[in-house]
Amino acid sequence: MQCEDVARLLPETIDGNDPVDLSVQRHIESCLRCQAELARYRRMLRALQMLRTRYLEPSPTLLAQTLTALEEAGEQQAVRSLLSGRRLAYAGAIAGGAVAAAATTTMVLLARSRRRATALAS
Amino acid sequence: MTTEPTPDLDEELDRLVAAARDGDREAFDELVRRTHVDTYTLALRLTANEEDASDVVQEAYLRAWKGIRRFRGDARFTTWMYRITANTAYTAVQKRRRRRTEPLDTVDEPIESMIENLPEQAAESAALLEELAAAVAELPPKLRSIVVLKDVYGLSHEAIAEELGISVTAAKVRLHRARKKLRDLLFEEGRSAHAV
Repeated sequence: MQCEDVARLLPETIDGNDPVDLSVQRHIESCLRCQAELARYRRMLRALQMLRTRYLEPSPTLLAQTLTALEEAGEQQAVRSLLSGRRLAYAGAIAGGAVAAAATTTMVLLARSRRRATALAS
Repeated sequence: MTTEPTPDLDEELDRLVAAARDGDREAFDELVRRTHVDTYTLALRLTANEEDASDVVQEAYLRAWKGIRRFRGDARFTTWMYRITANTAYTAVQKRRRRRTEPLDTVDEPIESMIENLPEQAAESAALLEELAAAVAELPPKLRSIVVLKDVYGLSHEAIAEELGISVTAAKVRLHRARKKLRDLLFEEGRSAHAV
């Protein structure tokens, strides 16, 4: 095992999630150069974790812009659902009208056929 | 500088999330007020561009509001927002690259000047963090997103792969490359006062 091999493996083994090969461990234990490299990666990872709580301040207008965008999106959604509600109402009215017209036609036809039948019988 | 959420604040967030899921817009607005700095920080670390980060924040909250009913609450709201922000930022970075026809390994402006100085922290640590933030911003976008989401925000490889539309193996390979490049940026001789 060479230092170059260890250096190649360190970025993926630094988490400690995957088991490290015994030969790598032995090399690091006996090699000051690789111990220093391991220390650099550990330090880097610790620092990266610290960045999590280093908040960056947004522009003072960002919050207001975001809330306005949400409000506008909400209004658009309300308009869409209103329109879709109206569409449903129109469709319902048209369907109702069609049913009523069909019923009326049926009744007229039935009445006519009854009259014809009565006339024929008499 | 914003403080870490406490258990009480977490409970309050949970209450707001529950109300927002029932369609309460005011509750959702309050969630935005409480989390937007955190969301912006992630967006800026992912995009390394203030304008893009602001756009990402707005788009991420719009997506969150549309999808809040699908949020099952098995993860923290902030973690859910991280995933939405990661996905939105990825799309934004792709769009920016196409618009500006930048090469894949574009080096963005460092954001070291944006990092706050903490007097209570050791000067050496603060300097390292500044250099680290600048080095992260210098990474190519594909590598930067992985290292930020995994090593800074602690998302799983699976979650990262899902949000960025790549395989878990690709996520692991990119993380490996990102850490190596970051190490080189931080500790290469002549670049940093922290070179060992």
